[in-house]
Amino acid sequence: MTDQTTAVEHDPGATDALLGPDSARFRHDYLEARGLRVAFGGFVAVRDVDLTVAQGDLRFLIGPNGAGKTTLIDAVTGLVPATGSARLGRTELLGRGTHRIARHGVGRTFQTASVFEELTVLQNLDIAAGARRGPLTMLRRRGAVPEAVEQALEVVGLAGLRDTPAGVLAHGQKQWLEIGMLLVQDAHLLFLDEPVAGMTQAEREATGDLLRRIGSQRVVVVVEHDMEFLRAFADSVTVMHQGRVLAEGTVAEVQRDPAVVEVYLGAPAQPGTAATTKEDA
Amino acid sequence: MDTLLPQLFAGLSLGSVLLLAALGLALTFGQMGVINMAHGEFMMAGAYTAFVVQGLLGDPGASLLVALPLGFVVGGVLGLVLEATLVHRMYHRPLDTLLVTWGVALLLQQVARDVFGAPNIDVAAPGWLSGAVTVAGVALPKTRLFILALAVVCVAALAFALRATPLGRRIRAVVQNRDLAEASGISSRGTDRMTFFIGSGLAGVAGVALTLLGSIGPTLGTHYIVDAFLVVVAGGIGQIKGTVVAATALGLMQAFFEYSTTASVAKVLVFVVVIAFLQVRPQGLVTVRTRSLA
Amino acid sequence: MTQRLTALLAPGRTRALAGFALAAVVLFAVAPVLLSPFRLGLLAKFLCLAMVAVGIGLAWGRGGLLTLGQGVYFGLGAYVMAMHLKLADAGPGGVPDFMSLYGTGEVPWWWEPMRSPVATVALVILVPALLAGVLGWAVFTRRVRGAYFAILSQALAAAFAILLVGQQQTTGGTNGLNGFRSFFGYDLADPVNQRMLYLVAAGVLLAMVLVARQLMVSRFGELLVAVRDAEDRVRFLGYDPAVAKTTVYVVAAVMAAVGGALFVPVVGIVSPADVGVVPSIGFLVGVAIGGRATLLGPVLGAIAVSWAQTSISEQFPSGWIYFQGALFVGVVAFLPGGLASLLGRRRRRGRGDAAPAPEEPETTAPPSPVPAGAHTGRTAQGRQP
Ligand SMILES: Nc1ncnc2c1ncn2[C@@H]1O[C@H](COP(=O)(O)OP(=O)(O)O)[C@@H](O)[C@H]1O
Ligand SMILES: [Mg+2]
Repeated sequence: MTDQTTAVEHDPGATDALLGPDSARFRHDYLEARGLRVAFGGFVAVRDVDLTVAQGDLRFLIGPNGAGKTTLIDAVTGLVPATGSARLGRTELLGRGTHRIARHGVGRTFQTASVFEELTVLQNLDIAAGARRGPLTMLRRRGAVPEAVEQALEVVGLAGLRDTPAGVLAHGQKQWLEIGMLLVQDAHLLFLDEPVAGMTQAEREATGDLLRRIGSQRVVVVVEHDMEFLRAFADSVTVMHQGRVLAEGTVAEVQRDPAVVEVYLGAPAQPGTAATTKEDA
Repeated sequence: MDTLLPQLFAGLSLGSVLLLAALGLALTFGQMGVINMAHGEFMMAGAYTAFVVQGLLGDPGASLLVALPLGFVVGGVLGLVLEATLVHRMYHRPLDTLLVTWGVALLLQQVARDVFGAPNIDVAAPGWLSGAVTVAGVALPKTRLFILALAVVCVAALAFALRATPLGRRIRAVVQNRDLAEASGISSRGTDRMTFFIGSGLAGVAGVALTLLGSIGPTLGTHYIVDAFLVVVAGGIGQIKGTVVAATALGLMQAFFEYSTTASVAKVLVFVVVIAFLQVRPQGLVTVRTRSLA
Repeated sequence: MTQRLTALLAPGRTRALAGFALAAVVLFAVAPVLLSPFRLGLLAKFLCLAMVAVGIGLAWGRGGLLTLGQGVYFGLGAYVMAMHLKLADAGPGGVPDFMSLYGTGEVPWWWEPMRSPVATVALVILVPALLAGVLGWAVFTRRVRGAYFAILSQALAAAFAILLVGQQQTTGGTNGLNGFRSFFGYDLADPVNQRMLYLVAAGVLLAMVLVARQLMVSRFGELLVAVRDAEDRVRFLGYDPAVAKTTVYVVAAVMAAVGGALFVPVVGIVSPADVGVVPSIGFLVGVAIGGRATLLGPVLGAIAVSWAQTSISEQFPSGWIYFQGALFVGVVAFLPGGLASLLGRRRRRGRGDAAPAPEEPETTAPPSPVPAGAHTGRTAQGRQP
């Protein structure tokens, strides 16, 4: 595990290569959700959410269990039907099929890492990189490993395990593999649902650094409970509660917000601890 | 108008037969997710039970009344054995269960062939079911009316059992959330067995009823199993209501298509309609909202 | 022997080439010399059935599509070919014998294209491809899958057989079509031509194995495994799983149809009994026993099972049914990877091979009865309850 961590920490070059040339930074993508609403039968899980996240602003999404964070991601990625609007740049995402949204450059990871367990690490990444391949390429055997895949292997530190079936990876490694898949997928809007849950402290830091680097060139939304992690890496925070956006701002602003404090039932000085406790409960 | 009524009755009657065949599946497939291809052979076992009972008792009326509950027990016990030996170790492999139970079906058919012989045999219907009731100039055979009534009784009994008894509550709890049910002290093994017993027992009852409609043979089940599954699929799983509606609808469609074309073309048309219907509602008529599959 | 089989079942390129050469030698040189014309004819029949198995191996083993209705495609290929043979026997403008016997004595319009040999060969492929394409697309885009798909495919087989039986005047009904005299101008009674048919069947089967192998080792093959194991996850990477599934379903259908088309001149008859629910599931026995997700498992399994069926039912007719039922139960319940998994396990222990041949292939359908659509994405997420 440690050497993977090292790989992540010591290879910013690979990350930059993977994320593309500097010119890509001028794309200035942004996610803009307006009046987003998801109802399951009579139950409204996400209620009139407005959310704007710009490239270069590593946004964290927090809130108690059941606040609607995952459902919000589900809605934007086309998994559950939603009303309102969610755009990536000028493209409306709502109402499209899941795979179409993905092709428009929206990628996500899952609360529990989900990779193709019977395929190798390399195959997992290769599939993630290949949604735009034509039929002829698909029907041929993979010759050379695509450059992006090679770089992603370096970035997530799984180069040594490229031929290992993903099913036997450790939990944290699977989560990294998923992040790697997100990278080669060439997504411009990335959702990460609790990416560091179950990781060691060193792994968290490595992941946080990676997210930072990605965040500077992509629109990134991270759902995370861990307050320490949040304080260390978040550029800005959106707090959800009972399907609504409760507060938004920098970490410091949000921590001072009385409504947030009330929801987390904690003392203003330490909302983080209280939040974590509540999540665990 | 004078053609409408006979078709209507034929359709309802066919629907009631389909319903009897599918009702048990609605439990084992719908509630437990087990694709039991031997369900048809449990019906066959019920039919031969009626044959044996009649051989022992002689009187068709008395033997029918004895065969109905006995068929339930025979089918149920077969189901119980199947569940305990094979199915229970395969709950996580539903498609493989399908193949394994198909193997069991083949075995049961051959057993029937070796015990009762390959040719079809007849079971006499009781005197009080011979003849027909004439309604608005249309003769409705009493056997078919009896089966219709039997289907209604079975549905009512099952609905009552699921809704109002402790067992029913346990079944529904396990279906909705196996882990949670177990955590709250419900034995999911016991509940599975019970569900399978009842579902398979209903197949036995269906088999007894089928002896009223014609001769029976070792392959009786194979004539019904496909349609029965189609009914459950079209009806949507998890609720008896959907199965009832789908069985009736398929029966009526078959009857009316048959009237305007031929029996075989009607079958194909019904299949096409079901496919088309699943385009609109891939989960069938009635669906239960669950959050997750796991 | 085990060694050789192991080599055959492994996906390495040189080994595959060697295995392929070996199979070619056995099929083209050894079998025709060693077997009597009667046995060779039987083997030809088994090879036709094995073609269906190759397709099932792809669709079911790799793609997770449990197709219980391959008899339909087998039958379409077979009946198209049989119609052509009947028409050819009847001569230009002639009427097949059974039609004058049971029907109006007129050839229905939809028989007419089969007068042309070229059209026949094209239709053998196009008709099943089109049906499988339309049905597959309709069903897979609506995310009907797992058990639901299996049941629908089975209903399709039932409907097809019933339709054939019902159309006595134009399809020969229960009797089917039989009594063919020639095959594209060659006299079917001549043993030389029978041997030629065998060689054609062997060549076609080898070609199909090559196609299957290419599909398995290609990126498409990897995608197929991904779709089989986590269909919803694939969607979030920008793929439409319905495309991959429909493709493999069509390929399997065409393979079954070609098998059916060759079955007709080899065996001399096709009837609804060859295409209904029971034979359709029967096709799966060999695949399951050989190893559904391997390349050669389905082929060898299908040939072995057909062979066993013939020799067992020659002696005890009812014995075969018991045997088949027991095989189904035993292999599927206790050895889901088939016999190949025994070999595979040994091989993998030998040299840390990471081939995508799954040892626990059945991960296709969710354990819950809820089919497609019902927020199935939740499985993709693997959400904690
Ligand atoms: N498919 C669904 N059907 C019904 N209710 C759902 C579904 N998905 C989520 N919910 C409900 O929506 C609410 C928000 O859930 P979720 O987004 O997972 O919360 P979070 O990720 O913030 O913990 C919860 O109350 C949950 O029960
Ligand atoms: Mg969540």
